[in-house]
Amino acid sequence: MSEPAFIDVLSQAEIDAIEIEVAHLPDRPSAAIDALLIVQKHRGWVSDESLAAIARLLGMSAADLDSIATFYNLIYRKPVGRHVVMVCDSVSCYVMGGESLMMRIRRHLGIEPGETTEDGRYTLLPCVCLGACDRAPVIMVDDQLAGPLAESDVEDVLGAFE
Amino acid sequence: MARIEVDGIVFEAREGENLLQACLSQHLDLPYFCWHPSLGSVGACRQCAVIQYDDEEDERGRLVMACMTPVQEGARFSVDAPGAAGFRASVIEWLMENHPHDCPVCEEGGECHLQDMTVMSGHTTRRFHGRKKTWRNQDLGPFIGHEMNRCITCYRCTRFYHDYAGGKDLQAFGSRSRMYFGRTADGVLESEFAGNLVEVCPTGVFTDKPFSQSYSRKWDLGSAPSICPGCAVGCNISPGERFGRLKRIHNRYHGEVNGYFLCDRGRFGSHFVNAENRLRRCGVRVGDEEFQEIEGLEALAVLTDLAGGGNVVGIGSPRASIEDNFALMQLVGEDQFCAGFSSDEAVLNELIVDIYRSGAGRVPTPLEIENSDAVLVLGEDVLNSAPRLALSLRQSVRNESLRLAEGARIPLWQDAGVRGHAQGALSELFSLTVLPTGLDDIAAHVEHLPPEQIARHGHAIAQAVAGVGAEESASGRIAAALKSAKRPLIVSGTGCGDGEVMRAAAAVSSALRHAGSDPALLLTALEVNSLGATLLGGGLGLDEALKRLKNGAADNVIVLENDLYRRADPSLVDAALEASRRNGRVLVADLIETRTTANATHLIPVAAYAETLGTFVNLEGRAQRFYQVFEPRAPVTSAWQWLGEAGRAAGRNDMRWQHFDTVVETCASRPGLEALREVAPGADYRGAGGLRIPRETHRASGRTARNAHIDVHERKTPVDTESPFSFSMEGAQGGAVGSARSAVWAPGWNSNQSVFKFQDEVGGALIGGSSGIRLFEPAHGVPAPSYAMSQTSDEGEGFRLIPLHRIFGSDELSAMSPPVVERGGAAEVVLNRADAGRLGAREGDGIRCDLLSASAALRVDDAMAVGHAGLVVGETFGWLPRGRVVLSRDPDFRSSQELIARE
Ligand code: SF4
Ligand code: SF4
Ligand code: FES
Repeated sequence: MSEPAFIDVLSQAEIDAIEIEVAHLPDRPSAAIDALLIVQKHRGWVSDESLAAIARLLGMSAADLDSIATFYNLIYRKPVGRHVVMVCDSVSCYVMGGESLMMRIRRHLGIEPGETTEDGRYTLLPCVCLGACDRAPVIMVDDQLAGPLAESDVEDVLGAFE
Repeated sequence: MARIEVDGIVFEAREGENLLQACLSQHLDLPYFCWHPSLGSVGACRQCAVIQYDDEEDERGRLVMACMTPVQEGARFSVDAPGAAGFRASVIEWLMENHPHDCPVCEEGGECHLQDMTVMSGHTTRRFHGRKKTWRNQDLGPFIGHEMNRCITCYRCTRFYHDYAGGKDLQAFGSRSRMYFGRTADGVLESEFAGNLVEVCPTGVFTDKPFSQSYSRKWDLGSAPSICPGCAVGCNISPGERFGRLKRIHNRYHGEVNGYFLCDRGRFGSHFVNAENRLRRCGVRVGDEEFQEIEGLEALAVLTDLAGGGNVVGIGSPRASIEDNFALMQLVGEDQFCAGFSSDEAVLNELIVDIYRSGAGRVPTPLEIENSDAVLVLGEDVLNSAPRLALSLRQSVRNESLRLAEGARIPLWQDAGVRGHAQGALSELFSLTVLPTGLDDIAAHVEHLPPEQIARHGHAIAQAVAGVGAEESASGRIAAALKSAKRPLIVSGTGCGDGEVMRAAAAVSSALRHAGSDPALLLTALEVNSLGATLLGGGLGLDEALKRLKNGAADNVIVLENDLYRRADPSLVDAALEASRRNGRVLVADLIETRTTANATHLIPVAAYAETLGTFVNLEGRAQRFYQVFEPRAPVTSAWQWLGEAGRAAGRNDMRWQHFDTVVETCASRPGLEALREVAPGADYRGAGGLRIPRETHRASGRTARNAHIDVHERKTPVDTESPFSFSMEGAQGGAVGSARSAVWAPGWNSNQSVFKFQDEVGGALIGGSSGIRLFEPAHGVPAPSYAMSQTSDEGEGFRLIPLHRIFGSDELSAMSPPVVERGGAAEVVLNRADAGRLGAREGDGIRCDLLSASAALRVDDAMAVGHAGLVVGETFGWLPRGRVVLSRDPDFRSSQELIARE
């Protein structure tokens, strides 16, 4: 364990915010998800270096933390565009036309799921469930849900995100 | 017990145990993936689905997972019902969607749990025509290969590596259909038990890398039951051989020693058998000339000559079997025989025997320590000196979790339930060691102290157990925990080189006995046959033997499988061998080339453990037989055969041994070794149907072809006159003795999972009983002995040296195994920062010990006590002087990396 002090990678603001979460929890690793979200809020995504730094700060192994980070759709382990477009591909949305909706969005943005538009404006991601089956087919742009979404609405909905 | 019915078969099962385990204990075929006998159930893979019926009337029943269903009196199930069988077939079909069609090039093929389950479930035709997911594989170091495409997401790897073995660097990443099992980045898997992934993973994701490089199918590997030569735990192993080369080591189940798992020293340390520096020829030399090869008969004549006269000293070895040592002892006479330990270590090993015999505590089996609910480790870095034990100690601290689960009525096999409920609650393990160890992370209390203080602390704990001393102190708290535990365990050993530490351990155990509890006391020795060689005895200490040679009291010496430079002051060894070369002969019989063979006059090549048979005694005093896996190429021969021949040729009536069994018989006439006769079946044992037990599998291929490039005639199969095993595929496995089989295989079960077919019950003893005979049965009714602290003075200039052991590198033979060389580290001197400063040395600088004429790189660790220096035992540092020794900074030191970089 002779890595350099990874904690240097995190800003004081990030560390302070994480410590506030830690203070409410029984042990440090329990703050894992909060810490990942805090760093993501500051940096847009969680790099390998940030991940290692958070793991050190919380006293857990990088592998354990990455296992959590990669489990969640809303934690980005690669850089994303200014806006993240999540398209639900779970059962309810599939039944309600999710597949052709995804097709339409792909065509509109000119990218495949997992890619970012060249201008860095949108990243398109499939998502297993947004918890909004009543609004299927549903998408989420950043933290806003849109649905039920007709294919013809795609341009307007996405256009609203600069 | 509960009577249950499965497809019309009625049998008894333990109430509350899960149905999968109950079915497997009946030797029924029921597919599974995520369950493992040591890891319990999580109900994740859905492969073990069966139908459960509510009552006699119920005809439809409902689908349940066998591994998650406790059995209850009168319960009725069906494995074969179409609803269950069809469901299992669908599960396999899903799992196989992304699985590559690479069985022909996959190392797992032919012993693959996934293949077996696929065939068993009847999924034979692929309907999925989409693209398969593919993954990038990682370089996981010299031991383990990685081929992620083969993964079926059963989680057995992380459940073993992370949850069971405490590894921190292997995890499951991602979710749903995008799961990846590996590290955050390429790199060596850190756990010392990583090799078990090869057997734990039901597919070919994790494979044995050295084996892949020189590969044979399982069905082409010849084998015989063997014992790991890596340390004193004595894990049971199954070495695989093809074309006269040792290919790999697999675990061989033993219900009391190693269960389902080995350590990586054991699994990857055996390639020394094929090493280039094996001694393969007889040699002689005159003066300082090069060795000239001589015929075996010539070498034998020299040995015979030495057998006749009394002017000889024989030095045996703890890495040779009892029989080999005994043969040498017989040849030279007891008073001229030395067991081959350093004089200091001999005392320590005798102390183990004394303490075991004194009845200070019950001697537990290595697996039994998993049941301990409070553990005190005194001085021993178990993970490095007796590695497999550390895995068992890691399970022992889970007893608190199990207790909590029991309280909450969660079945103990419900792995996720137990872990979730306990939230990491651990039973107490107290660890007093010289430096941080791999068990510190699970210890309730850790202290890093030099041996003499560990001993003092230990004696204080013993006093506190007896009610003397402050309760508030650490000693008081440890004493209280041990006293209130149901199954307390004390672990110590010879590792830190201080007998007082072991006496302190005995004192604690003894005090617990006085206080009315029934403590277990396990003392670790360092080498595979340390206790065997100790029990055999011998009249000479090593220093004394060397002095005899040096001052001409004896002119000749026979050294058996021993590098004396690792056992005694190198200058004394030099002087002794020099005198003996001048006055007589230095005959060294070994399997490798060492500094000692380089100083011999005569060389005799002896068989490695896999090439012969013999008995090793492990750290609990269990004598275990290992059998010959394959024949060495002449003139390499078993040491007992060389020595026996010589004795016979010299007309010695006491050495008229035709066969190995006669050696055993003669040896068993020594006091304390009577039980040797019963250790294992002799050469006349026969398996089922009165047949020999085949070393080769019934599917072994190329019998007539494999030597065709040398001779088109099929070779005559050699006859094994020494054991019940044959060198061919003919014969029958097992018979009455469960351990008497060369491989585990059952119809439909080609993988090692088939072992359940040969167990009394899942996770229990092999049918016919656990093998080996314990030579120290717990002393009953003996009053607990008392052990008082003896006074030592430790003043003076210089450093007190403390031996440090490393799983990879400290054991002489495994340190020659190429994968271990790649994995292992270089020698080190460990000093406290203050001491390093006083020597003007920084991390990585060379530290020289003039007395040993050796230097090694400095590692600074503040856990090392001031005035003490830890020396990593291995090629550089073997024997360490007692008393204080001067160390200095070595300005000319170059680390091995620097030297390699320069070349
Ligand atoms: S790597 Fe092997 S053990 Fe791990 S989840 Fe995949 S198949 Fe199971
Ligand atoms: S613990 Fe010892 S005996 Fe067991 S596998 Fe490891 S080295 Fe071999
Ligand atoms: S073995 Fe029962 S669900 Fe996996």
